[in-house]
Amino acid sequence: MAKHVLRVVAVAYTLFLLVLPVGLIIWRTFGDGLGPFIEAMSSPSALHAFKVTLTVAGWAVLANTVFGVGVALLLVRHEFPGKRLLGAFIDLPMAVSPVVVGLALVLVYGRFSPVGSLLESWGLQIIFSTPGMVLATVFVALPLVVRAVVPVLEELGDEQEQAAQTLGAGRLQTFLRITLPGIRWALGYGVVLCLARSLGEYGAVAVVSGRLVDQTQTLTLYVEERFQNFDQPAAFAAATALALIAVVTLLLTKLLRPKDRSHGN
Amino acid sequence: MTRSRVAGGTAAGLGIAMLYLSLIVLIPLAAVVWRSMDEGPGYFWRSITTPDAWAALTLTIGASALVALINLVMGTIIAWVLVRDRFPGRSVLDTIIDLPFALPTIVAGLVLLALYGPQSPLGINLAYTRAAVVLALMFVTLPFVVRTVQPVLLELDKEMEQAAASLGAGPFQTFRRIILPNLIPAMLSGTALAFTRAIAEFGSTVLISGNLPFKTQVAAVNIFSQIESDNTTGAAAISTALLAVALVALITLDVLQRWGSRRG
Repeated sequence: MAKHVLRVVAVAYTLFLLVLPVGLIIWRTFGDGLGPFIEAMSSPSALHAFKVTLTVAGWAVLANTVFGVGVALLLVRHEFPGKRLLGAFIDLPMAVSPVVVGLALVLVYGRFSPVGSLLESWGLQIIFSTPGMVLATVFVALPLVVRAVVPVLEELGDEQEQAAQTLGAGRLQTFLRITLPGIRWALGYGVVLCLARSLGEYGAVAVVSGRLVDQTQTLTLYVEERFQNFDQPAAFAAATALALIAVVTLLLTKLLRPKDRSHGN
Repeated sequence: MTRSRVAGGTAAGLGIAMLYLSLIVLIPLAAVVWRSMDEGPGYFWRSITTPDAWAALTLTIGASALVALINLVMGTIIAWVLVRDRFPGRSVLDTIIDLPFALPTIVAGLVLLALYGPQSPLGINLAYTRAAVVLALMFVTLPFVVRTVQPVLLELDKEMEQAAASLGAGPFQTFRRIILPNLIPAMLSGTALAFTRAIAEFGSTVLISGNLPFKTQVAAVNIFSQIESDNTTGAAAISTALLAVALVALITLDVLQRWGSRRG
């Protein structure tokens, strides 16, 4: 009896908080078939926003993947004082509001700061432009790859890597042949999480992009701008596209999640 | 020889990592704190106690505390059902719990507005109320307690419960005396994480709360509007206050985790 009550409470809570709201918007978008959705998503503004989103997310994922693997190796395979502090710095972005991230970057790289004006005199504009949006996205998604790779590297140990090096493999060769295959699922999991976070970032990008329509407008900014301008079909279509990406991400992470795989192997 | 070469590699790697972190995270955050003190502590204090900023901060902390409590109860119940109950659709439930982590926050706000806004098919209109703020925060923080409690519950030894039951303990007594003490550290960690996430939240509240100053405007939205009106020092002051609250919550979390691991 108590068991059934708990089950109903858990299912009902998830249903009304998650499933029905997301389901409703997908239903509203596809209620009249695929046509209106495709039409709304192929407007020049929507396509441009999609392109900006992909550019920003692509660079941010690349940066965070290289940095993430490097720092994970540093944290697990190397000994140095201040390791806990470095770990705390890596997790710091999780506790910072996206708007504060945006403000922080504007204060350092904005036109009215010493660094920003120097860079601008070299012809490099950061804020209200793509580099700033990439920086903001890198900031908010920073810990994801590191935290996905660290536990697997720890579990893997370094015996195989040492054996390879004893047998004459160079560092790069050891990394490509031994370490990378060992962490590939965890890395995939981290990269997918990082990509989803990057595609969906709103607050930090809203501040640093200046929200210039058809210039620095990402898909999330497009959703908000269309909605505020009473263009519900366009807002709903873009939101549905983002929701579908989220659902795909969810299924991918389920497939790649390290702890689920270790049972299978 | 080998030893010093490895140490050299470590130093170089550490240097690059710290440079990267400094340029993107540490220097910009330090700039926020620095800017908030630009015109002295008196100005800082006046900035966070202007009526609209203070209303936004207290609403944010109050709503986040309420949402953290809701998560403490509901998250534990969901984790319990996922681990101990068997029913069709359980693994679907297990998968969609992570949806708030994957869904962009602006989309979260929009979907909640579709179901609980002026055009609600359920006839429930919460748009532009404080309840809407709480609802948006509930959505984005749902996975935290579930995902911290679930693994602990999975590892829990069932023999202790069986022993307690065979010695005559009722289900409630077994839960309170055997299960709950083991779960509390994880429950509290998840709650602290949900709280930190909630006080920082921006995107999901933008559309559904209406951002009405003194009523539904949360701290992040207040910061945003100060940036838009070029009051960066004021924005930096509220940001610093928000960072300080997050820091306190995270330190509490760290203490709780150590307390938990010592007990475990």
